[in-house]
Amino acid sequence: MDFQVVVLAGGTSKKLVPLVSKEVPKALLPVANRPVLSYVLELLEHSNLKDLIVVVEGQDAALRVGGWISGAYVDRLHVEVAAVPEDVGTAGALRAIAHHLTANDILVVSGDLVCDVSPGAVAAAHRRHGAAVTAMLCSVPVSGPLESGSSSGKDKTKKPGCCNIIGLDPTKQFLLYIATGPEIERDIRVQKSILRAVGQMEIRADLMDAHLYAFKRAVLQEVLDQKDAFQSLQQDVLPYLVRSQLRSELSLNGAPHTEENGHDKVVPGINQVMLSQLLAKTSTPSFHELYAMGPNGSAPVRRTHKCCVYIASQDKYCARLNSIQAFSDINRDVIGEASHLSGYSFSAQNNIIHPSAELGSKTTVGQNCMLGEGSQLGDKCSVKRSVIGRHCRIGSNVKVVNSVVMNHVTISDGCSIQGSVICSNAQLQERVVLKDCQVGAGFVVTSGSEYKGEFLAKKER
Amino acid sequence: MDPRRGARVVIDPKVRQVGFFAPGASPGRTQSGPPESSSPPVADNSPTGNSLSPVMIPPPRHASDNLLSARPALYPPLRRPGDTIPVGSYNPSEFFHGTSPTASFYSKVGDGEFSEDASGAGWTHRGNSGKVASSFPGGGFDLTAVKPSNLTTVSVVNMPPGISVKSGGASIEVQNEQPASSRSLKEKTSKAERRALQEAQRAAKAAAKAEVSKAPIAASGVATSVNAKPAKVSKLSSQKKDSASVTASEKKGVDRPPEKDRKKDVPHPRMQFDDKSRVEKAKRRAVVRPIEVRNRVELFRHLPQYERGTLLPDLESKFFLLDPMHPAVYKVGLQYLAGDVSGGNARCIAMLQAFQEAIKDYSTPPEKTLVRDLTARLSSYVSFLIECRPLSISMGNAIRFLKSRIAKLPLSLSESEAKASLQSDINRFINEKIVLADKVIVRHAVTKIRDGDVLLTYGSSSAVEMILLYAHELGKQFRVVVVDSRPKLEGQLLLRRLVGKGLSCTYTHINAVSYIMHEVTRVFLGASSVLSNGTVYSRVGTACVSMVAHAFRVPVLVCCEAYKFYERVQLDSICSNELGDPDAISKVPGREEINYLDDWAKSENLQLLNLIYDATPSDYVSMIITDYGMVPPTSVPVIVREYRREHLWI
Repeated sequence: MDFQVVVLAGGTSKKLVPLVSKEVPKALLPVANRPVLSYVLELLEHSNLKDLIVVVEGQDAALRVGGWISGAYVDRLHVEVAAVPEDVGTAGALRAIAHHLTANDILVVSGDLVCDVSPGAVAAAHRRHGAAVTAMLCSVPVSGPLESGSSSGKDKTKKPGCCNIIGLDPTKQFLLYIATGPEIERDIRVQKSILRAVGQMEIRADLMDAHLYAFKRAVLQEVLDQKDAFQSLQQDVLPYLVRSQLRSELSLNGAPHTEENGHDKVVPGINQVMLSQLLAKTSTPSFHELYAMGPNGSAPVRRTHKCCVYIASQDKYCARLNSIQAFSDINRDVIGEASHLSGYSFSAQNNIIHPSAELGSKTTVGQNCMLGEGSQLGDKCSVKRSVIGRHCRIGSNVKVVNSVVMNHVTISDGCSIQGSVICSNAQLQERVVLKDCQVGAGFVVTSGSEYKGEFLAKKER
Repeated sequence: MDPRRGARVVIDPKVRQVGFFAPGASPGRTQSGPPESSSPPVADNSPTGNSLSPVMIPPPRHASDNLLSARPALYPPLRRPGDTIPVGSYNPSEFFHGTSPTASFYSKVGDGEFSEDASGAGWTHRGNSGKVASSFPGGGFDLTAVKPSNLTTVSVVNMPPGISVKSGGASIEVQNEQPASSRSLKEKTSKAERRALQEAQRAAKAAAKAEVSKAPIAASGVATSVNAKPAKVSKLSSQKKDSASVTASEKKGVDRPPEKDRKKDVPHPRMQFDDKSRVEKAKRRAVVRPIEVRNRVELFRHLPQYERGTLLPDLESKFFLLDPMHPAVYKVGLQYLAGDVSGGNARCIAMLQAFQEAIKDYSTPPEKTLVRDLTARLSSYVSFLIECRPLSISMGNAIRFLKSRIAKLPLSLSESEAKASLQSDINRFINEKIVLADKVIVRHAVTKIRDGDVLLTYGSSSAVEMILLYAHELGKQFRVVVVDSRPKLEGQLLLRRLVGKGLSCTYTHINAVSYIMHEVTRVFLGASSVLSNGTVYSRVGTACVSMVAHAFRVPVLVCCEAYKFYERVQLDSICSNELGDPDAISKVPGREEINYLDDWAKSENLQLLNLIYDATPSDYVSMIITDYGMVPPTSVPVIVREYRREHLWI
């Protein structure tokens, strides 16, 4: 279908600092004991997209990601991993690999996306409208722990919730305004020309940009070339394209017309005009065309390009792993409500316990839990809505609720962990009480300590 | 011979009004072929049977062939007497909708042309028999007799046109008697005699079989093989239809191969959707999985049910999974599905341009020939497009044109040359048949607009719009009434454009058409198709507008490019139509508070029907403006027939 796929796998994100490290770049963070990147790759594989370019920030991270992909997806996908310097941003990353892009349209997917919306749908919407860019929007996931109403968690979820302001046309097919993240000020500015052309604009704050875009390659490359300052796709390129959609500075070559003139030179030009009018009139025009036509409805006078959206339906799962909160949310969802994403088969108790895991007596593992390979639980433990990685050793009388425990973690007797993330090789000594904490890799929590809402990590050497 | 009676009955127009039949219903009529064909005077019955069957089960591609195949048998007897009465009797069959103009037109048309036409349509693709045929001005009978001779010397005999292959064996054995008997029987029309004839034929057949054991069998074998396989003649001509529907009286064994042929064929677009088994089969084949529709309207169950609303997301999500589909074709399919492209011309142009793209990117796989592989490829594209939205007649004609172009490609052409020639053919089709045709129509129609006229138009027709704009450019003083209807409200777009150009317009909905008609002096309408009985197949509501206009004695001018003409005959808008989104009529745009039918699908007692097309009887149409000039609706079949060759070969 003439699409090329670029997966932006990122590097070591600052937002996720205690979780990611040099050893574990963002793309390899485990979600239900699988690297988060595998969700994107499998989604693409499912759509029969097997030629991928994965862009990773940083040489080390690229090596690790590449190593993992070649191990896990050998014979299944044809993946090229490209390393770009850190801090070039998403736009910079694309700029760096722009010369590899040859197809007509480019699908850009963020590597931290966990969703079950078919990328084909976005591509189809893109093609149907012949858009310059199509973005996928999804409803903002309901985040935060379901039961334990921890205050800190809520604070974190509030922030991204109001971070997106998206303007749509009445048919919900075109993007008229987008402002995300830090660029939102107290008031938003909407261009009069767009408003006048559309007549009506719907402003939504309950949608978020899923970072799955389809770009026309020519457009993307042109924008990247011309605007050197653009760092981020989401914050620079997309808003720019949306802003300028009615006064396009792009040299969008009307591909079909030029071609037709190419192999049919005898036809007088007037016929071509008539033909395009014939086509344009009988089909319902979008506001772009109406605007381009000018007031007297004659031949197009203004250049426009279309910015389309594909809005994922409510029943689809779609989330981005871009914060610590999101990390634990996604982990919980993938083994909970969005369990079809995980690819595991659940037991009758609606949980996944690897056969080699050992459970002590009177230990209960509740619903929506996952116990990795070779993990051991002592007596009288209780695990609820949590993911426990491989080869963890957990003593007796331990409570794990709403938490993510990565691989090779040692938890001694009498610990209580709530809403926390414990990274690989960490060690929790006896009677530690953690609530909404993040414990970095290899960190040792001394016995008897109690923490609430803190980052516990080794000092950077 | 009981079926014969059936055939007679069917001639009665009242009975024929009943719109749809299961495919099984027709055999009676068509089966009456053999005896008639051997006794030409009777032939004026058989054509009705034959030409009617497309109304009942109209498989578009075959229907046409059917008609044509019927022609050779039918015309000579009609014309030879030289009187118009047979034509008149023939007319009620809706074929020419006979009135004196047509008849006179016919008489003008020479014999040679008839045979030429027949040959062109039916057979020339295959052999050169066309020339042979036209060299026999004697007419159709000779022609049909000659035709097989071109194919094989064995079966010179035979082929009373009606039976072609199905009775291949039979006809061969009869060969000795037949010429004589058929001639002698010319006058005899009575049933008994015909039966006697058939009896005789059977006897002869049996006898022949008995005595001439080897040779004729071999001969018949050759004959059948020639007729059935290499020469698709038989397939194209009536045999196909006949054999499929023949109940039995002829040999079962010979019946088989054509049946198989038929199965191999693509499912013809006019599938009867209440035929469960076929629907199942089609579903298995379908790229897009259709979803069961609820609350179908009983009377319209045979039509493809509207399921686009659910189809679109499904199709979209499969974007990357449909490998064989060319992106351009896929895009067009999506646009049809989403309603981005509508209107006969626009859809046709979009499709042709997509095919052009596809052909450009096409390369013949190894060990395949371009002609065959490309045709198969196109067929798969077409069936995909049909799944997105049923084809319009204009598209059907364009596809037929393209396929015939591919089939006619000389083998000596290299791949790139062949592709280039096809692409330029498509361009030529678009330019000549659509763009130029529209210009010509505009030139013609403008002469009918005078100062002070009040012109009424319905919906949004590209041709009508061009006419109005051109007349305005010429400085004519007139007013336009745009009549519109829910749910599509296409007229609003037209209105916007007309007002933008400075025309003075009145906008109203169709329920007010009888009020506004007082002021109107002319009605200009567009059409999706004009059928060969003069029926105008167009956007639903057109019939109503033209009826009102007729009642007010306002002339109704239908603007339609000739490539949209279709040789099918349709008497009502039930048997063949398209269903639109039922939700569209239950929702009132812009007035949320009166959407009382929001959850209508839950109620089993409520069925919504959103028809897309209707059929305007030719009585209400004063004139059809086409690229061949302004003609009365009764002349449509003439154009279809006379220019058909041009359509197919340009």
